[in-house]
Amino acid sequence: MFERIMVPVDLTHAERLEKALQCAADLGAHYNATVIYVGVTTEQPSAIAHTPEEYGEKLVAFANEQATKRGISTDAKAYASHDPSVDLDPTLLRAVDEVNADLVVMASHIPNVADHWWPANGGSVATKAKISVMLVR
Amino acid sequence: MSDTSDDQGIPAPEGNADLIDTDYVIGQDNIETQIGPFGLDIHNPVFAISGLAVIAFVFYTLALPEQAGSVFSWLFDSVTKGFDWFFLGAANIFVIFCLLLIVTPVGSVRLGGADASPDYTYAGWFAMLFAAGMGIGLMFYGVSEPMSHFSSSIGGVAMGEDGVRTDWAPLGGAEGNEEAATRLAFAATIFHWGLHPWAIYAVVALALALFSYNKGLPLTIRSAFYPILGERVWGWPGHIIDVLAVFATLFGLATSLGFGATQANAGLNELFGIPVSSTTEVILISAITAVALISVLRGLDGGVKVLSEINMGLAFLLLIFVLLAGHTMALLTGFVDYLGAYLQYLPALSNPIGREDVSFMQGWTSFYWAWWISWSPFVGMFIARVSRGRTVREFVVCVLLIPSLVCVLWMSVFGGNAIQQVLNDGYTAAQEAELPVKLFKMLDVMPLSSITSLIGIVLVIVFFVTSSDSGSLVIDTITAGGKVDAPVPQRVFWCIFEGAVAIVLLLSAGGLASLQSMVISTGLPFTIVLLVMCWAIWRGLMSERRNT
Repeated sequence: MFERIMVPVDLTHAERLEKALQCAADLGAHYNATVIYVGVTTEQPSAIAHTPEEYGEKLVAFANEQATKRGISTDAKAYASHDPSVDLDPTLLRAVDEVNADLVVMASHIPNVADHWWPANGGSVATKAKISVMLVR
Repeated sequence: MSDTSDDQGIPAPEGNADLIDTDYVIGQDNIETQIGPFGLDIHNPVFAISGLAVIAFVFYTLALPEQAGSVFSWLFDSVTKGFDWFFLGAANIFVIFCLLLIVTPVGSVRLGGADASPDYTYAGWFAMLFAAGMGIGLMFYGVSEPMSHFSSSIGGVAMGEDGVRTDWAPLGGAEGNEEAATRLAFAATIFHWGLHPWAIYAVVALALALFSYNKGLPLTIRSAFYPILGERVWGWPGHIIDVLAVFATLFGLATSLGFGATQANAGLNELFGIPVSSTTEVILISAITAVALISVLRGLDGGVKVLSEINMGLAFLLLIFVLLAGHTMALLTGFVDYLGAYLQYLPALSNPIGREDVSFMQGWTSFYWAWWISWSPFVGMFIARVSRGRTVREFVVCVLLIPSLVCVLWMSVFGGNAIQQVLNDGYTAAQEAELPVKLFKMLDVMPLSSITSLIGIVLVIVFFVTSSDSGSLVIDTITAGGKVDAPVPQRVFWCIFEGAVAIVLLLSAGGLASLQSMVISTGLPFTIVLLVMCWAIWRGLMSERRNT
């Protein structure tokens, strides 16, 4: 049913994504699909990498590590954004098209009152993406 | 499998770059927490110190406006009188330092790595340089500054009882001589808007670009001090540098916002008879800050960039209109003549010691230098972000010359037309009006004045929005330890408090003068930061040349 499962990842907080990563891996194994990890970084040095290029390398390493650990086929794609705090949703939606994903599995926080002003990224992607989106809370 | 190709904006550095080897991880001192429903990712202690100080400042000024007003006035007097030589001398050093960068071999270092290629075309790059640097100031002073210098120059020298000059004329003035007064007025105006301010911006922008793109350090002011302070830069010396940068930016912005509000109010009064009062100004600042908040929430590309493009288009239209509908020939010949006057008077105007024109030097030049210096973290960070891929030489030449020339053109056209109205048409309303009104009085006797005045008001308001929005972004980056992806509520906090600071300062006893005194006071310590920064840049560039 699914061939390419996109999983947005924040490498700074990879430990918080465990449920979503496991879920995507299980689905990947079940449907024999490739799990594509998508990361969005800043153009300036960040906690993870000095440059977008270095970030891309770390994301590839992360994808390879997941492949070995969970026994699935993986891929990675990094994006550099001018303003990731605000541009994250459009960048992820662009990624959905560019990586040819047919399912997004995404970690999301439990909704709270702030979501009225700043809708959660997961909710926002689910609203606008043309493919299935699974939010893991 | 990474994709950092051209369509992603600024590409990764290419070729060798002399990355600084430090154990510091960006954001390691940050506190990630939740206040109510809002997530925060803030630097400890830079955010807390800056945030609490700003909140305390706002409440103090609101609670005791009279006392605060006299404190501000005392600050203004002591700093401008005691340190005028320091501001002037420092600005000269920045210009000389930039010229040195152009002629020495370090100018060949490329920002973003040895093989990096530029991200923006020359045209796009220049437009952004210009839009970032001056904004509201050009609207506020375009007519009013040349006109003020013209009036004071032609009035000549006046001596007080104590033997100190009381007039505001630059240098020795030009009593009764219209042509000489015009040339002196433009020399002084161009002096304030030309090489010196852009040298200040170039220093900060170069420091940020070099230490972030070539050395891999966080995008904060303290990073530039790594060659001098080493690992200590991540401790208290660095905290102090960043806090000073936040204060300077905040008060520099608040001053511009105060100018913007008074001018928008003056324009609305001219057009629609809306009363000029502090209530109107408070309403204006609050409403425009609300619009700025929307721009903040739309992000860099959806907010500031779009608005800047609109503003550039509108400003260009207004410039062409005044040029064609005004005294076209006089304005065109004036441009060249005024540049010549600038070069002629430059040595005397930039002389920091033994000056007799104290009112001009302290009230205009020192204030301007402090204002530019306080804007420098903000403009510098913006220029740094769009200048990757340029060599240091190309960078400095372009940042110094192109925006300076555009400012000269702007001032020559707007101020020149107003002065021609006085000299040729005998129309003196712009000359006699208060500073914020002069632009509208000049437009008043030109065709389509209600439309052009409205465009003027819109320009002021949109510049206000873009300054407030990008200023919040810059302060947020510094107070988040160089992270540019901190949660948006933090930017909202700074955006609101920039407006609040502008409001309370306008409401305090001194009004606009209070804003100016805070700029001067926060600009002073930051000038010292900038002077040391020149040395750090030099060392950084030398190591870049040695090690790549």
